[in-house]
Amino acid sequence: MKQQLFETQHQGVWQQIEESLEKPTQGDNSKVLAENYLLLCQHLSIAKERLYDAALVERLNNLVLALYRELYRYRSETRLNIYAFFKRDFPLAIYRHRYFILVALLVLVLPGLVAGLWTYLDEDAVYSVLDGPEVRQIERMYDPEARKIGREREAETDVFMFGFYIKNNISVAFRCFAGGMLIGIGTLLVLFFNGMFMGSIAGHLTRLDYVDTFYPFVVGHGSFELTAIVFSGAAGLRLGYSILNPGHSSRLDSLREAGRDVVPMLYGIVLMLIIAAFLEAFWSSSSSLSIEVKYTVGAILWALVLLYSFSGRRHESG
Amino acid sequence: MLDTRYRVEIPGGINLEAQVVGPVPRFFAFAIDLGIRGIIIFVLSLLSIPLGSGGMGGGFFLIFLFVIEWLYPVLFEVFSRGQTPGKKLLKISVIKDDLSPVTLGASMVRNLLRTVDFLPLFYLVGLVTMLSNQRFQRLGDLAAGTLVISVPESAKPAAMQEIMPLAPSTSLLRPEQTSIIEFLQRSNQLSEPRQQELASILEGITHEKGDNGVEQLRRIGAWFLGVR
Repeated sequence: MKQQLFETQHQGVWQQIEESLEKPTQGDNSKVLAENYLLLCQHLSIAKERLYDAALVERLNNLVLALYRELYRYRSETRLNIYAFFKRDFPLAIYRHRYFILVALLVLVLPGLVAGLWTYLDEDAVYSVLDGPEVRQIERMYDPEARKIGREREAETDVFMFGFYIKNNISVAFRCFAGGMLIGIGTLLVLFFNGMFMGSIAGHLTRLDYVDTFYPFVVGHGSFELTAIVFSGAAGLRLGYSILNPGHSSRLDSLREAGRDVVPMLYGIVLMLIIAAFLEAFWSSSSSLSIEVKYTVGAILWALVLLYSFSGRRHESG
Repeated sequence: MLDTRYRVEIPGGINLEAQVVGPVPRFFAFAIDLGIRGIIIFVLSLLSIPLGSGGMGGGFFLIFLFVIEWLYPVLFEVFSRGQTPGKKLLKISVIKDDLSPVTLGASMVRNLLRTVDFLPLFYLVGLVTMLSNQRFQRLGDLAAGTLVISVPESAKPAAMQEIMPLAPSTSLLRPEQTSIIEFLQRSNQLSEPRQQELASILEGITHEKGDNGVEQLRRIGAWFLGVR
């Protein structure tokens, strides 16, 4: 077939597809896209095989490319299904990270317990972890006389603290995750020092008998915050482990696979830390709520977070 | 050998090709983005003062600071075809390693891992990683499966429109077509005698000699470029 004939035969279809690619598409048109893609691939192969001229080949090539991008853009958008994420993707990702979660949990909690016990028993031990001004600042924050608990200056509003917690906590979680790239060592260090830091504060404040301000304050948002930090540690360890032990695939492929697997964890961590920051700024800091209410709500929140975290197994197939 | 071409076969047996981009343009794009981020933060800090630095204003400012620090590249890469403003100026773009558009998850991973690429100072780890693989991927790119490519420009030389196209008498192989097109595109950089010398090699196709041969060849080239 001569090129001119081929062109006049298919000109209409090409123009139609070109026009449809110009305007943004709405709704599910993946079927049409896939059909067009196959048709254009065929036309392109014919044009190449019959040595039709370079301009036509380039035009068809660009059309195929544009269709390819459109087809895969559609795919990536459907993946952001919020309902499916909460129902299946996130719990399943948690389930698949279970061993990493266990390791991260131990690396956070064990140094915390040791440091906590130590600072509880020894008056000066807290100064080995924190310096003087930091200790005094924390003591002020949980002073039973304070109007707002957990704040350095009482004038700071709830909204300010919300912003503060968002910035700080999510940054810590992100760094904890990123540290996994250093074959997991960065992650382990972040977890270890955070555990030690939190443990020594808890031990020291318990020693001072600030029990009724400190624990009701942390119990509520701690459910989301501590769990999210452990999850970010698990995601980081997943990266590190994929480099250390790639199994049957190459180190690079193994790392890329890990990079795909941790994505739902990252989304989940961000959402959990936003909830935690909200609770910490608007709920935990209130000194007008009774301790019983705070413990009860805290227990309910912990139960919800743990129940949800353990719900992923049934989505695992095979 | 240094070859910046990156080729992927996509469904349908089609080969896609892209040019991966090295550290220098990426550094400039990053520097421009850094400037833009700095300006945004400066303006926001001015705006937040009237709202009270320890109150509403301070709170929103910290949230924006977080977004700009961590999510600025992610948001632009996902919603602006893989390009932050700096990358747009440098005509480079982030794309998945199968040359499909970058996804939210991949963009998150590559940008969160900047923290490690930055170590110990000024992206040293990232630079070393980039230079030690053929695709100029830093650690974040390796984990996310992403590449930075140059965005092709599809500008056709306007001067071609004045040439009357001529269909060749026989079908020609792709490399032959390409050489004729290149002859057309470069002919004004060559001297007259050199043009005639080159055209005389292809007398079998043009069936003309001397200046006419050159003219014929240019017309055939225009035909291959799609002028009708």
